[in-house]
Amino acid sequence: MRGKPEPSFADLDRRPFVAGCQAAVPIAIGYLPIGITFGLLAKAVSIPNHITLMMSMLVLAGASQFVGINLIILGTSIWEIVLTTFVVNLRHLLMSASLAPRVDTRLRKTHRAILAFGITDETFSVASFRPEASLGFSYLLGLNMTSFIAWNLGTWMGLFLATGMPDALKTSMGIALYAMFIGLLVPACRNSRPILSIALTAIVLQALWHFSPIFSGMSMGTQIVLTTIIASFLGAVMMEREEGL
Amino acid sequence: MTGQLWLVVLLMGLVTYIPRMLPQVFLEDIQLSPFIRNFLGFVPYAVLGALIFPGVLTSTGSTGSAIAGGLVAILLAYLRLNIVVVVFGGILGVYLWQLICLG
Repeated sequence: MRGKPEPSFADLDRRPFVAGCQAAVPIAIGYLPIGITFGLLAKAVSIPNHITLMMSMLVLAGASQFVGINLIILGTSIWEIVLTTFVVNLRHLLMSASLAPRVDTRLRKTHRAILAFGITDETFSVASFRPEASLGFSYLLGLNMTSFIAWNLGTWMGLFLATGMPDALKTSMGIALYAMFIGLLVPACRNSRPILSIALTAIVLQALWHFSPIFSGMSMGTQIVLTTIIASFLGAVMMEREEGL
Repeated sequence: MTGQLWLVVLLMGLVTYIPRMLPQVFLEDIQLSPFIRNFLGFVPYAVLGALIFPGVLTSTGSTGSAIAGGLVAILLAYLRLNIVVVVFGGILGVYLWQLICLG
């Protein structure tokens, strides 16, 4: 296929791979307590352990796994569960599309398909905010794999080491991923007025969906998708006007 | 239901993977207009704004501790400190708030 080489572990460059693993440290700090909570919850409602472990391995998405467990114990139909999962995670379509032009153009489709498995809100955010123009296979694999391992290790700990972590520490660590998002977004807003206005627009839209009774039926996934589309669209319009002058 | 759980998880995995995979694999074949490129370039900032708010408010035991931790994180991030420092600062902010308010 266009002379691109077959993926193999020989493609793995050690330095970018390690850089990817290191970049995943804040993600891992955030995933561990949520994974533990997920494992504990699934066990508490008598979901078989192998099902819980398989879910963390195959689905790898915090919100929809919690929703999924919830729907399973409510006895919801398969198709309702699957449809809900699909809607909650549709935002990854936008994230994947945004990340696609940033990925090394020399990568084969198989490489891309492997990397796509590890795209989450968190890995997408960290990768997007990398300064380099083109992101390579090794870096992204290190980032995604470390995050995947942390999520699954957390689930495992919740299931088998029921005590896991002291409660006060676990609730405090609930802020970890949000602190990471803040750590990515705030410096970018300091550098650029358009970015600041896009971020603020997104927050105002989210507040609108959240606090206005008209939109109370909208799911979390739909809210994020709508917000992202509107705010990014406004950004692109602003950019076009500026360049048009 | 228990017998179907395998199927539920498999299907959940599939419908989660497809939206992640399609743009990664096929977008390179499409010529994007500058407008769409700009749009996609702004997605990370919009997504982060949307992910942070209002989710952050319910991320810890109480809204007060979440705001405390969030403000510490904003301050540290504004000072352009390393992201791991921002994360630990946020956790510490929540922890101290809980310690002070809950005794």
